Amino acid sequence: MLAALRPDSWDFPLFLHVLGAMVLVGGLLAGASALAFARGDVRSLRIGYWSLLAVSLPGWVLMRIGAEWIYSREGWDDLPEGVDDPAWLAIGATIGDLGGLILLVALVLGGVGVRRLRQERGAGLLKATLILSLVLLAAYVVAVWAMAGKPD
Amino acid sequence: MSFDDWALALHVLSAFAWVAGIVLFWVLIVAVRKSDTPEGTIRTEPVVRVGNAAVGIGMVGTIVFGIWLAFSVGGYDIWDGWIIAALVLWAISAPLGQRTGAAYMQGMNKAKELQAAGQTGPSGELLDLNRTSSGVLFHALWSVVVLLILIDMIWKPGA
Repeated sequence: MLAALRPDSWDFPLFLHVLGAMVLVGGLLAGASALAFARGDVRSLRIGYWSLLAVSLPGWVLMRIGAEWIYSREGWDDLPEGVDDPAWLAIGATIGDLGGLILLVALVLGGVGVRRLRQERGAGLLKATLILSLVLLAAYVVAVWAMAGKPD
Repeated sequence: MSFDDWALALHVLSAFAWVAGIVLFWVLIVAVRKSDTPEGTIRTEPVVRVGNAAVGIGMVGTIVFGIWLAFSVGGYDIWDGWIIAALVLWAISAPLGQRTGAAYMQGMNKAKELQAAGQTGPSGELLDLNRTSSGVLFHALWSVVVLLILIDMIWKPGA
């Protein structure tokens, strides 16, 4: 089962999905690290925020496009009525979608925070962005574990 | 979940850590291009440590769990062409990562040197070191090699 080969037509959508997810996680790691170690430094706070906006968000979009594509290619959108998605897929999809929403909230809060930095305010909002980024990182670790290990 | 399922999950999580580290270093490469003060350069050090940890855990995890899977999972063998290609690319990637790190450490070391000498203002020499073109080149090559590993892992040519 583990070594089962996919049809070739699944490879490119899967590649987009995985690459997008990796970029998303990379942007989150960079953003959260820069925000966590900023200690009030405006430049570091901006780097942290822009990492989330310019790296994580495009990564999430790519991941989500790839997810929808591979979902359709694998025929999960064509299951008979009453048959649910497997647990690994449900976990990944739920975390992916909810994560996108949390990322948007983090970006809105961080965006307001970054604008307020000019008046020497906004650090609290960026702290909230940091916390949400850390929550997202932890959630995506669970999602990757579920999608790769495919628990029953 | 069987042990092999866990090994596959940890192999993929390691790959995510590795790529996340590389992405983090791209963010830092862009960030330090405008950094001409010792303080601004040294401030990135804890973030560099996070990147180093992600890359270290990722590289070790991918190779250890990957080799385990090659031996343990039926249908795959360590001498399959796509697995050998991945091992070769992994081996090529290690010195590229080291050279990227060495190129950017010159700026970090210079920043510490300037700070120890009490020079806290902008430095053209520090800015030049932080804008190292060889560092960008090695990091770009490293990224391409890792991307090729990902492509190899998904398409599994010859399998």
